[in-house]
Amino acid sequence: MLSKKEKKLIKEIWERLTPVAEDIGSEALLRMFASYPGTKTYFSHLDISPGSAHLCSHGKKIVLAIAEGAKDISQLTVTLAPLQTLHAYQLRIDPTNFKLLSHCMLVTLACYLGSEFTPVAHAAMDKFLSAFAAVLSEKYR
Amino acid sequence: MVAWSDQERSIITSIFSNLDYNDVGPKALSRCLIVYPWTQRYFASFGNLYNADAIKTNPNIQSHGTKILHGLDRAVKNMDDIKSTYAELSVLHSEKLHVDPDNFKVGPGAPAAPRTPSLLSDCLTIVIASKMGSGFTPEIQATFQKFLAVVVSALGKQYH
Repeated sequence: MLSKKEKKLIKEIWERLTPVAEDIGSEALLRMFASYPGTKTYFSHLDISPGSAHLCSHGKKIVLAIAEGAKDISQLTVTLAPLQTLHAYQLRIDPTNFKLLSHCMLVTLACYLGSEFTPVAHAAMDKFLSAFAAVLSEKYR
Repeated sequence: MVAWSDQERSIITSIFSNLDYNDVGPKALSRCLIVYPWTQRYFASFGNLYNADAIKTNPNIQSHGTKILHGLDRAVKNMDDIKSTYAELSVLHSEKLHVDPDNFKVGPGAPAAPRTPSLLSDCLTIVIASKMGSGFTPEIQATFQKFLAVVVSALGKQYH
C-alpha cells in the first residue's frame, strides 16, 4: 500500500532519473547479469556486454517505462496494458526474475543516490517496484 | 564446500576492512525494520519502533546492529568453513529466537534458480552500495551477495 507521500516521492525520484535513464537502466541490467547469470538466457539474441548499444537502449527502455508508471501510480494497470501483453504472450519472462531486476534496480539507486536513498525512500521504491512487477505479470494466466 | 577465488577473498576482506561496524550495522538493521516492518516481530522487547525515526534512534537496535556485523566478521575470518563457524548461531536463531528462516534464507544455489528475498542481507547490500557508490561494481556486488548467501545458508542449516 503506497501513501500519497510515498507516491509523490517515487514520482520525484524517477523524474530526476529520466535524463540518465540509459545509465541507470544499463547498470541495473549489468548488476543482474553479474549476480544472477541465469537471467542472461533471456538476452541471448542481444549483445549485452558493458557499454553495448543493445544494453544501453534496452536499459533506457526499461527505466523510461518505470518512470512512466511512476507518473500516476493509481493508473498502473492502464499505463502498463501494452507491456502486460508483451510480457505475457511474447517475452514470457518467468515473473520470479522481476524480483531480481527490482533488487538490482534498488542497488543501482543506492549507488547513485547515496545517503539520499533513505530507508523511507527504499521502502517506498521497493513497494512500487513490487506493484509494477505484479501488474506486469497480470496477463500471464 | 564453497570455493573462493583469490579475487573474491580480497573483495570481501577489503569491503569489511573499510567498514565502520558501528555505523553500517545499525543502518542495515534499522533499514530492514523500516522496509520490511513485519521483521519487527523479533524485536518486540527492544522498545519504541513506532516509526522510522524511532527505529533509527533506538539504542537497542543500534547496539544489536553492531553485534550482527561483528557476527559477520567471524565469517570473513573463516571463509573456508562458514558452516561450522555458524553452527551455534544457527541453533540460537532456530531454538531461542524462532526467526522464520525465510527472513534470511537464500534460494538454491543453481544459477538459473530464483533467489528468495533475503531481507537483512538485501538491506546490508543496499547500505554498503550507498556508501561505496560507483565503487560497488556489479562484480563486487555479485561477490558480496555470494558471501551473504553462504552465511545465510549456514544460519539456516540447524533448523528442523
